[in-house]
Amino acid sequence: MSEQQQWNLVQPRLTQTAEEAGGRLGFGRRAAAPLALVALWWGATAAGWIDPSVLPGPGAVSGGFVRLWSEDGLLQHLGVSLGRALSGGIIGIFAGLLLGLVAGLSRLGEELYDSLIQMLRTIPFLALIPLFIVWFGIGEAPKLLLIALATCFPMYLNVYAGVRNVDRKVIEAMGSFGLTGPRLILEVVIPLAMPSILTGLRYSLGISVLVLVAAEQINTSAGLGYLLNTAQAYQQVDVILICIAIYSVLGLLADLTVRLLEKLLMPWRVGVAAR
Amino acid sequence: MNAPRNFLPTKNSTKTPLAVKVADVSRIFDGRTVLDSLSLDIRPGEFVALLGASGSGKTTLLRILAGLDAPDAGEAWVPEARTVVYQEPRLVLSRRVWRNVVVGLSGPQATRDQAVKALAEVGLRERADAWPATLSGGEAQRAALARALVREPRLLLLDEPFAALDALTRLKMQRLIRDLCQVHGPATLLVTHDVEEAILLADRILVLREGAIAFDAQVSIPHPREAEGQRFDALRAQLLGELGVSVAARAAPNITPIAPRHGAVLLAN
Repeated sequence: MSEQQQWNLVQPRLTQTAEEAGGRLGFGRRAAAPLALVALWWGATAAGWIDPSVLPGPGAVSGGFVRLWSEDGLLQHLGVSLGRALSGGIIGIFAGLLLGLVAGLSRLGEELYDSLIQMLRTIPFLALIPLFIVWFGIGEAPKLLLIALATCFPMYLNVYAGVRNVDRKVIEAMGSFGLTGPRLILEVVIPLAMPSILTGLRYSLGISVLVLVAAEQINTSAGLGYLLNTAQAYQQVDVILICIAIYSVLGLLADLTVRLLEKLLMPWRVGVAAR
Repeated sequence: MNAPRNFLPTKNSTKTPLAVKVADVSRIFDGRTVLDSLSLDIRPGEFVALLGASGSGKTTLLRILAGLDAPDAGEAWVPEARTVVYQEPRLVLSRRVWRNVVVGLSGPQATRDQAVKALAEVGLRERADAWPATLSGGEAQRAALARALVREPRLLLLDEPFAALDALTRLKMQRLIRDLCQVHGPATLLVTHDVEEAILLADRILVLREGAIAFDAQVSIPHPREAEGQRFDALRAQLLGELGVSVAARAAPNITPIAPRHGAVLLAN
């Protein structure tokens, strides 16, 4: 028995190896689960286990995609929908950012409207659709307002929490070095609250696509929601599937955008974050 | 109120200029008197160590001098140019080290050159572009010192700046601060609970007890000082007595080593 064993010692094992931490395999592993799902779908439809009118195969759906793209102007519909989601989303995101900053920084702001926002945010936005139609008609306004309202809340909550969580000791130290007012907010408070702000942005972008589906049920003649509605009327399962796939790709793109922003806006977190 | 541009003694104005004048300052937290009409003068360039048991009001006095807290009674006069090194580095994690050094400065003072010069003084020149989160504890504290000195303070307030550092780094930092204070020449108030540190660094040592200065003496040992010798031991014993620590008890040899079994278990985990 060696001396080490006598003393009941062990060699510590590394909890994370360098290969596990990242590398080329990452993308392959990410793609594995979606590809497996497509393979299952293809196998099940090709074997004839599923009625094509319930779930058409990948071949039929990709044929439908080509038809949608060339004959029905899918790109224009997509552009209209993205325009709605982004313009409504930007209004809501900036409103949430501003309200969250003010409430997080000043007691007055918090006392004035925090409880109001906490009440409003629990209302299901779908319940507002009839009201918005009565108030704002059936044009673009109710759609944009609905998206703006729904994206405002997650942004507000996260920005507010992020600003409240900035280290008070750092703020105090900055004050003693003469950094106050707008410069303190821009140079210290917002960057330090950035992790929460970006979490809010992630939620808001996701919700903007979510609300888009509901908003486009209101009298539309263009957009993904319009395509979905007509497809439902004509029982076109392939078109419905394509629209759903497009929504999921939009969600993926929103996520990638925020990841990119995280890298650009928070370079200092390289040595801080767990991952 | 007429803000003191440099230093304006309110009363008892003497011929010698002062860097700090504290007159009958009291501070009461929830009915507990932390500072009880405390008075204190500090001359320009003087290195003063403020000792006291924990909770004796050392930090409260420093925060009043820094303008982070207001006295309930009395007046505290300090120079306009004053800076603090806190117990923690308190760097802004989202700004590179050199930007942290010149944070809050504006115009020609806030240049990278200025920051790098200050960082070179504390031996951190090559870390100017690093993120604060990548610094070691000692490096971060040196960056905080550079941030305090780049403003050429006339009063440097040190709030236990070495307390969170390991013993070796602490020794280096103590020498660094002593050297830099001689170069820059600010009046320095070092709040600490380390008696040896106070004797090594200070020109004058104060002991705070029951909210007032209970002991105030010049240290006549010539620089550079070593933590040994008869005069050092005598002064340490005296100060520990002032702090209510019996020197005999401190030297008690009855310390049992940790059982080896315990140590092995720790390692195996």
